[in-house]
Amino acid sequence: MSPVEIVRFAVRGLIANRLRSLLTMLGIIIGIAAVILLTALGNGASQFIQGQIAGLGANSITIIPRQPPDSAGTDGRPLSAADARALADPQGAPDVASVSPVVTVPASVDAGRASSDATVIGSTPTYFSGANVQLGSGRVYTEADVEAGRKVLILGRTVADDLFGAGSNPLERDVLVRGVPFRVVGVLAPAGEGQGLSNPDENVLAPITAVQGSLTGFGDLGQIVVQARSTEAQAAAESEINSILDRRHGIDDPELRDFQVISARQLADVLDQTLSAFTLLLAAIAAISLVVGGIGITNIMLVSVTERTREIGIRKALGAPPSAILGQFLVESIILSLVGGVLGVAVGFAGTLVPLGDFRPVVLPAAVVAAVGVSAGIGIFFGAYPARRAARLRPIDALRRE
Amino acid sequence: MTVDAQVPHVLDVRGLSKVYGEGETAVHALRDVDFSVRRGEYVAVIGQSGSGKSTLLNVLGCLDAPTSGRYFLEGLDVAQLDERQQSVMRNRQIGFVFQAFNLIPRTSALANVELPLIYAGLGRRRRRERALAALELVGLHGRSDHRPNELSGGQQQRVAVARALVTGPALLLADEPTGNLDSESTTDVLALFDGLHRSGRTIVLITHDDEVAARAERVVVVRDGRLTEASPRRARAW
Ligand SMILES: Nc1ncnc2c1ncn2[C@@H]1O[C@H](COP(=O)(O)OP(=O)(O)O)[C@@H](O)[C@H]1O
Ligand SMILES: [Mg+2]
Repeated sequence: MSPVEIVRFAVRGLIANRLRSLLTMLGIIIGIAAVILLTALGNGASQFIQGQIAGLGANSITIIPRQPPDSAGTDGRPLSAADARALADPQGAPDVASVSPVVTVPASVDAGRASSDATVIGSTPTYFSGANVQLGSGRVYTEADVEAGRKVLILGRTVADDLFGAGSNPLERDVLVRGVPFRVVGVLAPAGEGQGLSNPDENVLAPITAVQGSLTGFGDLGQIVVQARSTEAQAAAESEINSILDRRHGIDDPELRDFQVISARQLADVLDQTLSAFTLLLAAIAAISLVVGGIGITNIMLVSVTERTREIGIRKALGAPPSAILGQFLVESIILSLVGGVLGVAVGFAGTLVPLGDFRPVVLPAAVVAAVGVSAGIGIFFGAYPARRAARLRPIDALRRE
Repeated sequence: MTVDAQVPHVLDVRGLSKVYGEGETAVHALRDVDFSVRRGEYVAVIGQSGSGKSTLLNVLGCLDAPTSGRYFLEGLDVAQLDERQQSVMRNRQIGFVFQAFNLIPRTSALANVELPLIYAGLGRRRRRERALAALELVGLHGRSDHRPNELSGGQQQRVAVARALVTGPALLLADEPTGNLDSESTTDVLALFDGLHRSGRTIVLITHDDEVAARAERVVVVRDGRLTEASPRRARAW
């Protein structure tokens, strides 16, 4: 008896019980779709967060002042230009590549009638690479600009749009920052929402000396942006920063620090742990639903064998070998689970086309391969027992059953 | 018609016993039965209900295994065959007709008749030809697309006969084939067996009906699990 005939018998058996076959398949469809969808969710979330972290600058470390806890008995010391200089010392901090002192001040920026509320960030040229800010057109300010305190300005995309119209390129135009004239020398590349911790599109960048000279005065720093030599050197750079600033600020208990070191690496570590727990949970849920689907197949195949015992008896009386009966029922359950698996993959894919909040689920090809493989496996594994039972029936016992 | 002693046995049964259950509740359905049938014979098996006729036929059809004794079919010791080989015997050597027709439901007459040929491994074209020829032989050529529930009892049994003989088996076994039929259909089906017998088929048929038994050339009586030969004349009187 040819395999083609076995498959035809199996298909006929399934079609004869259309509704039941469909409902059984539903279990597998849901199981497989869950596997695809949930792993895609985990994967999408992971990619989204990795993108966010990349936006922070992989080697970037930001130091911000912090209110120490009450037990410290002091308000703590602000970050100073001297702190920044100390961090730039290659002896004390060999893993630090660059140090950018930063002052920030909110300001309205005006050009003629147009006005935009922006955050002014005054720093040094190393800030651009340190904070991972990309220039769109024009130029960045230079070390010479910083030394001379030149009032040159680089606009974030949103600010440029507000002042000069969408997509404009207002190089060499003059704007007023809190009434102080600055000359636009560059425009940042659009960063898009959600990149990094703040939105660079709403910032304007100028030499720190110019900002201090005309807007904030020469006082404390808002933050210090440090770039590590490499991603690997980041942890070492962080501990160098901590020990230098601890010494300078007279701190011996890390709990009582008046500054905080924030890095993409720390974020990535925390998120990585959270995500792997999340993915494990999703995988467990998916696995459970697959097993439930598989048990559904066993159940239905047992019912099918019981219900068709008489038919099995007739087939045996007509000379069906055990292999033909085994094959028929095994192929039935494999078809159920394979078709269910393929439909489940389709449903899972369709599900991933729905964007969820900020991120899109991203299907893992391995999950698709595994899901289809597992569904065929389920068909064989869960179908084998009922099929063997059918094949082993004595013809006369099967025929006597009503 | 008498059968030459030189004609070989299609089946040969020696000391056959069949016990259902164990201990006090054991039922001795067959007791030490010796029975043989030569090629071309038409044998009727008669006996009261519960005497063991079906049990005997099921063993002859390789549907059930005896408790003891030997059964040779076409010279082969059936007990020595494994499950797969027995299925080949059922397929090639035996055609079984049941009282309850036992057609596969929701499946056309043609597909029912084709079924044994599928298990025999015949190609699509040849099995269609042979199944149609078998349906023609039983006078149902025009009903090949009908499903069992669209056929009368007599027609269903004729489909079952077509299915039993489509592989050209050495032995045709029928367990009260007319038991569920009205008298008109009974006449049709018996005429069919007569024709098959005339064309040389070997037939063993169980019946309650004297008139049916009268058509056979040899009658055996099963009484309380034991088998005895009866002359056609005695059978008529029984
Ligand atoms: N599967 C079975 N289990 C137990 N007893 C059985 C079974 N089949 C038949 N019998 C018993 O065996 C005896 C012979 O049955 P059977 O061969 O069907 O008789 P018949 O066909 O002559 O009416 C009866 O007493 C019947 O009750
Ligand atoms: Mg009976």
